[in-house]
Amino acid sequence: MKIIEAEKLEKTYNGFTAVKGVNFHINRGEIFGFLGPNGAGKTTTINMLTGLARITGGRVKLLGEDYTGNPRKAQAMMGIVPDESNLYEELNGWENLSFCGALYGMERNWREEKAHQLLDQFGLEDAAKKPFKAYSKGMKRKLTIAAGIIHEPEILFLDEPTTGIDVAFARQIRNLILDLHQKGTTIFLTTHYIEEAERLCERIAFIVDGEIVREGTVAELMKEAQGENIVNFMLGGDFKEVKTEFTATFPGFEYRIGKDGVVSVHSPESFTLMPLVQFFEDRGFPVYEAKIARLSLEEVFVKVTGLELKKMQNRKEARV
Amino acid sequence: MKTWIAFSNILMKDIRSYYLKPPNISWGLIFPVAWTLMFFLRSPVAVEVRDLLPGVMSLSILFGTTSMLAVTITFERKSRSFERLLLAPISLNLLMLAKTSGAIIFGVVNAFVPIMFAAFMTNLAGINWPIVLFSVLFIAITSTFLGLFIAVSVSQVFEAQTFSNFFRFPMIFLCGLFIPLPDLPLFLQPVSYALPLTYGADILKTAINNNGIIAVPLSFLMLLAFSAFLFSYSIYNVNRKWIL
Repeated sequence: MKIIEAEKLEKTYNGFTAVKGVNFHINRGEIFGFLGPNGAGKTTTINMLTGLARITGGRVKLLGEDYTGNPRKAQAMMGIVPDESNLYEELNGWENLSFCGALYGMERNWREEKAHQLLDQFGLEDAAKKPFKAYSKGMKRKLTIAAGIIHEPEILFLDEPTTGIDVAFARQIRNLILDLHQKGTTIFLTTHYIEEAERLCERIAFIVDGEIVREGTVAELMKEAQGENIVNFMLGGDFKEVKTEFTATFPGFEYRIGKDGVVSVHSPESFTLMPLVQFFEDRGFPVYEAKIARLSLEEVFVKVTGLELKKMQNRKEARV
Repeated sequence: MKTWIAFSNILMKDIRSYYLKPPNISWGLIFPVAWTLMFFLRSPVAVEVRDLLPGVMSLSILFGTTSMLAVTITFERKSRSFERLLLAPISLNLLMLAKTSGAIIFGVVNAFVPIMFAAFMTNLAGINWPIVLFSVLFIAITSTFLGLFIAVSVSQVFEAQTFSNFFRFPMIFLCGLFIPLPDLPLFLQPVSYALPLTYGADILKTAINNNGIIAVPLSFLMLLAFSAFLFSYSIYNVNRKWIL
């Protein structure tokens, strides 16, 4: 079931179009990743979905109901964690959480109990009475996430949640995201860390220069970008001695020999390993390792966005 | 109910975070004393404390409310914590009323500090207290909304201070407190009647010393009109400039 739908969503600031008519949807309960370089339009898109930026074109729906121009209707169901912590410096951790709960109309007992629970869950109970300004960057980030979920939103928007914090804190935050996901929260995650998106997201959209260039599950995006099947062999002999025979036996296959002696076998069709292993074994080449090569999401991203950029360049040249 | 929880918590947070801070309490006490002394010192003849009350009260409210609101909202906007309020599921009108209510209360309290001092120094019999109370409230509301108008027109805290003075100082000299309105140069009189403090100070003059020159209902109406205009324009500006 679609919880959020964006149709031809567009944002123009003083003649500059930051988001160019993007279409996407987020399914209820999934982690949806919005992946792109800095300045691609990720934060602007979040701001339009949450009511912090006015929508210039297109429309947005929450559970099928149009809330374009009337974000207040949808805000009660949303939790927002911005890219920079925006809690009150002068309030302590507990007061900040309690205040944020009150903004969503939570009764005092409920929000105070929830604040204690979250401080405990996020490992911040010892810092509960410390002013927010005395928190470290990682602690600030965690409290900001806690403030975004105190009212138990149906959908949580996380804008670059692990940017600028150390590895251990980033890992904790990723675990928190997975934990929220398991509890059924829908998560819209923007990041420029490709590994993070690969690890967390079920579906991903690549956004470049305000346009979504690809969208799909991680597996779909990889399959599409991969193009061919590759297996890397580590052999106990010199492949060059049998390369002519190899080409004759497996005519549709190509091979490349790496500097480290690893032989990469490429084929546009999927293939089984056994005939290849048998071929090498029969010729006295022990096979120490046979590994299916898989593109990383980073390689997929570069490949996909590179293609798109080339196309755009070609279109521009064609127009000139 | 949910809206009321949000409203009351925004108000209480502001009161605790800004208005109950020691520097602001001392401001509320020192400011009226300083103004009273200034009036005493500038006058070559003996001044009756009661004659000073409308002026000191009006200026205490004006300076207290505009200084606080213009700075706190600009500060929250700069630190991005104001975004958290804009993301809450409450209407913008109600949010801004919650943000301004603290300043209105601060202004009303500031106005009664000179009265407390005056009670020890002069006889306050014969004052029309209901009108004093309502006029103080109306001046506080109008001045707070002027502070809001300033806050949403600037982006830096220092700009808020400078811009506040652009409105406040002409108001001090043209609202009839230093120079009675009929004695002002003819070309300045229309300017004077275009300032909200003129009407507020005149109501207080009538209620305290019975020497105002504008009909009290008209003055209340003018304050109401100024408040409505300043609040509406501020909301328009927030929509236009802050929700980009």
